[in-house]
Amino acid sequence: MEDPSKSTTSEAHTLSDSVDLDDATRSEMEKAGVIVSSVDWLYNWARSGSVWPLQFGLACCAIEMICSAGSRYDIARFGSEVFRPSPRQADLLIVSGTVTKKMAPQVVRIFNQMPEPKYVIAMGACAISGGPFKQGYNVLKGIDRYIPVDVYIPGCPPRPEAVLHSLMTLQKGIRRQRTLGKGSNNPAYVEGNREYPVPSFSGKDLDPPYNPEVWQPPEKRPNMPEDGCP
Amino acid sequence: MPVSDETPVDLAPVLESFPSLEVEKGTGALITQPALVLEVVQFLRDDPRYRLDYLSNVTGIDYLATVRKEKRVNEEGKTEIVKIDEPPRMDVVYHFYSMSEKRGLVTLKQRITDRDRPVATSLMPLFRSAEFQEREVYDLFGIDFQGHLDLRRLLMWEEFEDFPMRRDYVEPDDYEYEPTPHGEVLEKAKTHAGLGEGGSEE
Ligand code: SF4
Repeated sequence: MEDPSKSTTSEAHTLSDSVDLDDATRSEMEKAGVIVSSVDWLYNWARSGSVWPLQFGLACCAIEMICSAGSRYDIARFGSEVFRPSPRQADLLIVSGTVTKKMAPQVVRIFNQMPEPKYVIAMGACAISGGPFKQGYNVLKGIDRYIPVDVYIPGCPPRPEAVLHSLMTLQKGIRRQRTLGKGSNNPAYVEGNREYPVPSFSGKDLDPPYNPEVWQPPEKRPNMPEDGCP
Repeated sequence: MPVSDETPVDLAPVLESFPSLEVEKGTGALITQPALVLEVVQFLRDDPRYRLDYLSNVTGIDYLATVRKEKRVNEEGKTEIVKIDEPPRMDVVYHFYSMSEKRGLVTLKQRITDRDRPVATSLMPLFRSAEFQEREVYDLFGIDFQGHLDLRRLLMWEEFEDFPMRRDYVEPDDYEYEPTPHGEVLEKAKTHAGLGEGGSEE
């Protein structure tokens, strides 16, 4: 999630800026019996309570994702039970499992097909970094090499509780997004539909091996000892 | 079906019918030349003493040239260690069971001596189940199966050039970001800008 504080300190005050309150002030005012809100807040509150994930699983992690949608963990309690079978109808891509290099272009394509506003959760060690298969020749070392990821869930696999927590984290992020008015950081309103180039298959590897617009290897990691263990 | 329930298979009849077959030491696998394999497998499938009607598994093995050491007893009765040059080769390994007779396992290996242009004989005319498994072996080892009706890559993409299970396969270098590298990975990560300098400064 982008840092909302950057956009809230905007120079020109418009109407929508002037009613933008932080949570603490709002709750103080609510205690005093004054309810102040903005259209933005209401809009985001409604949006965050109705996230439609894509019905899409890649490996063992998908089983845990399915569990979270089942009766015991019941993701519906958090307003996200409608798993859609088509990317055109979904706004959350849960990358649940190992992304093989053969599958990676399809995952990017699915992301491109989703309408804005869209969000990505990288679920499990595999989707984050390649996980136990990181050194394999055929596994992508993290889906964030090609598409922007909003929430990462560590674990192998993460338990359904962690999936629910990631959903709540995402919802918090959605509520903090600035959608209407100036300084909007909601891509749906400022960038149009975000589409990222689909990597192509080449003789040795995916081409390109990562999208430099989305991800770049950290320049330099200081204090890394010779044996690699920090 | 646990293997212990099955009758061990006596290899004598097949060795009698095909004197050129060898039995591998240690594994008890039948070793055959690709030219002979269809006849041998047909015999194993149809002969009432075998009736191996189920091909359960196909895989490949790649061997680079090595020097093998073997203990031998020489003429003076002393054991000595002899070095034997093993030329490079590839094997295609098949596992057969008999479902009808509850018999198994028989391991059969096609030995391919030309590792640079490995050609084997497909078992597809006898066992349709060989189709996908031989495609996998082709995909990962680059073994050309003669007589296979649809020999395409199975797991890797069409454009892929290498054969990843070969011992001399060099994987793509995507070690740009290794937060906690060690061993081999550390060596590879060092070739990328980030870690190399950070590591040597310590
Ligand atoms: S992180 Fe673990 S559980 Fe999840 S897909 Fe990878 S191996 Fe499977």
